[in-house]
Amino acid sequence: MRKEQDVDVASQWKLVWWGFKRHRVALVCGFVTLAIYLVAVFAPFLAPGSGQKTNSDYIYAPPQALQFDLDTGLYVHPYTLKQDPETLALSFAADETKKVPVGFFVKGEPYELLGFIPWDRHLFGPENPGGPPMYLLGADSVGRDLLSRIIRGTTVSMSIGLVGVLLSLVLGIVLGGVSGYFGGRTDTLIQRVIEIIMSIPTIPLWMALFAAVPASWSQLERYFALTVVISLVGWTGLAREVRGKFFAVRGEEYVMAATADGAGRLRIMFRHMLPSFTSHIIASLSLSIPSVILAETALSFIGLGLQTPMISWGVLLQEAQNIRAVSTAPWMLIPGIAVVITVLAMNFFGDGLRDAADPYKH
Amino acid sequence: MLRYIGRRILILIPTLAAISVITFVVIQLPPGDYLTTLTAQRAAQGDSMPTGELARLTERYALDEPVIVQYWQWISNILLHGDFGESFDYARPVSALLAERLPLTIALSVSTLIFIWVVSFPIGVYSAIRQYSLGDYGFTFLGYLGLAVPNFLIALLLMWIGLQFFDLNAGGILSPEYRDAPWSPAKVGDLLAHLWVPIVIWGTAGTAGNIRVLRANLLDELRKPYVVAARARGMPERTMTITYPVRVAMNPFFSTIGWILPGLIAADAITSKVLNLQTTGPLMLRALLAQDMYLAGAILLISAVLVVIGTLVSDIALGWLDPRVRLRY
Repeated sequence: MRKEQDVDVASQWKLVWWGFKRHRVALVCGFVTLAIYLVAVFAPFLAPGSGQKTNSDYIYAPPQALQFDLDTGLYVHPYTLKQDPETLALSFAADETKKVPVGFFVKGEPYELLGFIPWDRHLFGPENPGGPPMYLLGADSVGRDLLSRIIRGTTVSMSIGLVGVLLSLVLGIVLGGVSGYFGGRTDTLIQRVIEIIMSIPTIPLWMALFAAVPASWSQLERYFALTVVISLVGWTGLAREVRGKFFAVRGEEYVMAATADGAGRLRIMFRHMLPSFTSHIIASLSLSIPSVILAETALSFIGLGLQTPMISWGVLLQEAQNIRAVSTAPWMLIPGIAVVITVLAMNFFGDGLRDAADPYKH
Repeated sequence: MLRYIGRRILILIPTLAAISVITFVVIQLPPGDYLTTLTAQRAAQGDSMPTGELARLTERYALDEPVIVQYWQWISNILLHGDFGESFDYARPVSALLAERLPLTIALSVSTLIFIWVVSFPIGVYSAIRQYSLGDYGFTFLGYLGLAVPNFLIALLLMWIGLQFFDLNAGGILSPEYRDAPWSPAKVGDLLAHLWVPIVIWGTAGTAGNIRVLRANLLDELRKPYVVAARARGMPERTMTITYPVRVAMNPFFSTIGWILPGLIAADAITSKVLNLQTTGPLMLRALLAQDMYLAGAILLISAVLVVIGTLVSDIALGWLDPRVRLRY
């Protein structure tokens, strides 16, 4: 057990960490979240391909099973076409007689790691880049590898959560802080504005705002427009929380002491008051990232968000919009599993963080 | 109580005015004005705009006047004549389109709300009373899952399972053979057989959220001294739980309408295309993609107004349930 003196002198962050560690599920989910972010950063290396290469020979090719034997190591069976004798329809089958060896650190499509390191090695993939392709999670309507696309999509889907939340953070802290510190008429005005924004259903408002983005904008511009649109509507919850916290600590002695010391208003707000609830803000931020990810997925799914060639999980799910496509190629729903795992992990992680955020509660 | 309702309604007026301004801004957002888009659209189809038509539309939306006047023209037409403008995509008045679609949207939203209440109430109470039991863990996990799975994914999954394993088309609100048939018991049965699909899909997130809130609130209440006091007086546990803590913990059932309703409207916008429902959601999506802004704006405005009215009703219900709330005003 921890000695009592240790607890007495531990810093606030140390206490938060101790509290958080006790929450097993949250701890595991924290590691999962971290792993997903690492995938997002190193996606080009981790993915077997760029996910952009089309191949008309392998339209809707089903997922291959990864197999292992001592002679070849890891391998997959290549596809062979089978014709139904009655309907004459073509379907894919595994050619059990041949093997496509799969190796680690293989040469493949060139890419730029972290955006500036040119490289062509991939963590895993078919050993012969010119040979038959590998589709571990199947192919889409134009023969692109779904596994590569999901891994590549992680970058956009995860970063949009961070960037979107960052903007909401600035708006939420400034407006919530002003509202909570000054109180009175300023407070009433800001709260009214928040109430009005909150009463408009967010998804339709996002849809309407984003529909105004000109079609001529580049992918990157659309990406930033989407984050701005999401955070313009999403800052209200955080602002309310910050306001409540400012209200709560406004009467504390250390704030009075700072005022008596002649500290300026901004200094009191951001140097003295804000650090006392930084952990709360981080916790509620970590809980709002998954909702931004879900928002992007939903908007891209209905075709009002990001669009190909940019890859995000929502863009991938857009191809599964049609129930006919889903019934021919059920694996098109797999990007949805990525979304669910990410959101679940981040929600558990955020909940654990929120419970641990106030170490002086007890 | 009357004073409380009066104050709530008074607060409503500036909110509604602000919502109408935001909607008008959204209508104005797409580059180029309404007439240019319309003329371009017509030209693309190969026919030109009659000059009289152009003048009529300019007059109708006051397009040659300042923006303030345009806004006034737009909102006064809505308030005085119920005229939301014209959809150039459908070439029909927006109000006629809304009249076709809105009833189903409202009916589905209300049914979903009832579904959310009916399902989340017993589960929430059970989870709180049997905290950390196997059932509690199961429901908590299901709740997290319900919040994490996008509703369109559930929709796709249900449709796929229906098609794959039961050879059943779960989309739409009626089977094809009943679509034009007169109302009969069989048609009502068919309607009910289809209706549960959107209700379950729309309601999942709201149910999960409600269970969480109710469980947390009831847990707080169960630890309060009045519960101990009631137990000490020998009150049977079941009667005690239902008469005191559950009643207090019920508050979120009314106060959360404010965020469940927007969620339902969002679910409508996103899933109805998959589910092939004739509600306002797909109408808005199509209008936005075609930049048919008077139609899209009208749906946005009506959704927001419905949410505001829903919140008002929930506030009044809350005031009736909890005297502390109505005394604050």
